[in-house]
Amino acid sequence: MTDKAKGRIWQAFEEIRGQALKRWEALKDGKRPHLLVGTATCGRAAGALDVVKTLHDELERHKVEAKLTQVGCMGYCYAEPLVIIEKPGYPPICYGYVTPGIASRLVQDFLLGDDPCLEFALGALEENELIPSIFDQPRFKYETRVLLKNCGYIDPEDIYQYIANGGYGGLAKALAMGREGVIEEVKRSGLRGRGGAGFPTGEKWQICRQAAGEPKYVICNADEGDPGAFMDRAILESEPQSVIEGMIIAGYAVGAAKGYIYVRMEYPLAVERARTALKQAQDLGLLGDDILGSDFSFHAEVMRGSGAFVCGEETAMIRSMEGRRGMPRHRPPYPATHGLWGKPTLINNVKTLASVPQIIHRGAPWFASLGTEQSRGTAVFALAGKVLNTGLVEVPMGTSLRQLIFEVGGGIPKGKRFKAVQIGGPSGGCLPESLLDTAIDFDSLTDVGAMMGSGGMVVMDEDNCMVDAARYFLEFTQRESCGKCTMCRLGTRQMLDVLEDITKGKGKIEDIDLLIELGQDVKKGALCGLGKTAPNPILTTIRYFRDEYEVHIKEGRCPAHYCKELTAYYIIPEKCERSCDACVGSCSVEAISTGKRGIKIIDQEKCVKCGTCLEACPPQYDAIIRLSPKSLVPPSKK
Amino acid sequence: MTDEEERIRQTREILRGHGGERGKLIPILQEIQARFGYLPREAIKEIAKFMRITEIEVLGVATFYNQFRLNPPGKHPVKVCLGTACHMKGGVNILEAWERRLGIKPGQTTPDRQVSLERVACVGCCAMAPVSVVDEEVQGRVSPTRVDGILLSFELEKEKGEENSK
Ligand SMILES: Cc1cc2nc3c(=O)[nH]c(=O)nc-3n(C[C@H](O)[C@H](O)[C@H](O)COP(=O)(O)O)c2cc1C
Ligand code: FES
Repeated sequence: MTDKAKGRIWQAFEEIRGQALKRWEALKDGKRPHLLVGTATCGRAAGALDVVKTLHDELERHKVEAKLTQVGCMGYCYAEPLVIIEKPGYPPICYGYVTPGIASRLVQDFLLGDDPCLEFALGALEENELIPSIFDQPRFKYETRVLLKNCGYIDPEDIYQYIANGGYGGLAKALAMGREGVIEEVKRSGLRGRGGAGFPTGEKWQICRQAAGEPKYVICNADEGDPGAFMDRAILESEPQSVIEGMIIAGYAVGAAKGYIYVRMEYPLAVERARTALKQAQDLGLLGDDILGSDFSFHAEVMRGSGAFVCGEETAMIRSMEGRRGMPRHRPPYPATHGLWGKPTLINNVKTLASVPQIIHRGAPWFASLGTEQSRGTAVFALAGKVLNTGLVEVPMGTSLRQLIFEVGGGIPKGKRFKAVQIGGPSGGCLPESLLDTAIDFDSLTDVGAMMGSGGMVVMDEDNCMVDAARYFLEFTQRESCGKCTMCRLGTRQMLDVLEDITKGKGKIEDIDLLIELGQDVKKGALCGLGKTAPNPILTTIRYFRDEYEVHIKEGRCPAHYCKELTAYYIIPEKCERSCDACVGSCSVEAISTGKRGIKIIDQEKCVKCGTCLEACPPQYDAIIRLSPKSLVPPSKK
Repeated sequence: MTDEEERIRQTREILRGHGGERGKLIPILQEIQARFGYLPREAIKEIAKFMRITEIEVLGVATFYNQFRLNPPGKHPVKVCLGTACHMKGGVNILEAWERRLGIKPGQTTPDRQVSLERVACVGCCAMAPVSVVDEEVQGRVSPTRVDGILLSFELEKEKGEENSK
């Protein structure tokens, strides 16, 4: 490329950036307060839209001149709805668990008055003399935010806010670097695919670039099938432009003309925001014909998935985009050479693509300085299950599981004991307490039988049964098995049947070895990654929690009191307060009745073991317990 | 015009917005389902004609994916999440509570066509587990008693509607 051509690209970009900066400065003029409310799906589920409405009405009613912006997900899902207030003279303050009531107090007391309502604050967002900063708390201290840097701070439906915060600088630089230069840079960064397997991204790009065939395609894999993960959703809902910019750079590097963002259907808001973002990029000439005045043209659109887990697998995804049943095929040939409509197709995960703009913009050495030798950069996890601070976390690769769960995640609620952490979804494994010091990186996790996966991390405590956890994942993969290969179709069915027997107390001791044998065969014989990894949850739970399997089989007992067929609920007469009716009222199947002298009795025939009464019984009585095996329940004397 | 003819008319209208190439099959099915809430028989026939493939071919694709349904949904679609996080927090109890109260299984609709029940695997709000999606709105931290409350609100809404139409 000539210097003149490079100059043209930069000039075109600087013009857009100048506008973006002007708007950003007007927004943050330091004269009027600025309110940000997180309205990604998680915020909405917690009632964020009501908070927006209240704030809007209150500002209007009191004639407060302020700006109100809806932003994406900050990742602190446990404290949703979240509101950030930037009032001149104060550091930005983040409020959690905001209700409409709290929202109107924030307007009246803080915006009209001078009381920052610290009782509702999580903390300030920068160091200051006045208010403790959230970054002094463990939840925030261990994080290194690269991909989530802007999430929850910018308006996902305003491309200018993204550009004002460094966005599209990577694209402008990439266009000036040339195709080989971009691929070289990505290679040097050490970036590995975030979709699960960790394939080196630069290498994949190179293969696709060198493959013969026109046109070439880029697909952004936002199918996020792991049923306990929501990182990709959050990124698309909070900063869709970073994904789009990454995709355009990828398209440029491999020489593609067309891109697709394949989003799973359960994410309507992500679809909507991605579509808005594409349109805005197009309007500014960052997408479409002759991008930024270069001779590179690239078009992109959103495709919606149709609710099939297997379509997250790349060859199945391509089949489905071709209008067929989404069944995987043998690889090689890989999509990079033979993909959509038989043409070279680059498939990368949302997080992989979203990492690219910053790698180009800030340089490969910066990215490579994060993380470990073999796994560069950061890992984004969706932390869920029995952990206090559920939500999105981003830590450097190499952080230990213990740090992530106990420092960042705040440990296990209600003083319960940690039992296991499930990483990698249906393809991953359950790791016990003794492995908590394992480092989070592609290779260490694979060594212990789990896998990085796409980033779902579900914590389990003493009340979760490991046999049931294995059964749960098998039920999932069994349902989602597309049925093309025998090993997966029948093997998962067989394994599920055996596991169901064990959770019902009908297992035989030989079953454990049978499961291991079956699991190893399915791993070897299945066609695609779905079948090949389906046995992982079984194999790891047997490896680390074999005693739980044995107790189920030999004693008909579920040590976690979880498996319904092996557990009963019982009210201890000596502890029951008798005049209190909490349990009776809470039971939705009328299984609890009042017997002689006010004593409460559970009808074992009617009880559905939902555990609601256990929660309802006031802690000072604590009269309801679970017994396993069921034979421990004393005969009732009506 | 009968209902059936009306559905054919609307289907043709949707088809006019698309080319007949194979890659458009799933987006077309999605658009049809968004319009009617399900894939009507007549629509399948029209699509087959339009794309020059057999009806079986269209049905084969439609039945592969969990999203598509071949019968109309209830007035209030309920989707119960049984993703990992929701499972660990007792999602099954919530599904059972819905099943018990409605007297139907996932994939079915109540005889009065008021409520349809489905199971889904993760709607991405794991931090709020257990989750149910009711009328397209995500409800977090659902309990069996909440299920009763939501059903009661359907009843009230129905009564109000009946009163208004009197
Ligand atoms: C059953 C199955 C499901 C998958 N689901 C996803 C998914 O939801 N998201 C994803 O990015 N990759 C998924 N993958 C991996 C993709 O096939 C592919 O490797 C990945 O998108 C490549 O992107 P990367 O190089 O950026 O990691 C799945 C693989 C299998 C076998
Ligand atoms: S597991 Fe239910 S929302 Fe994710």
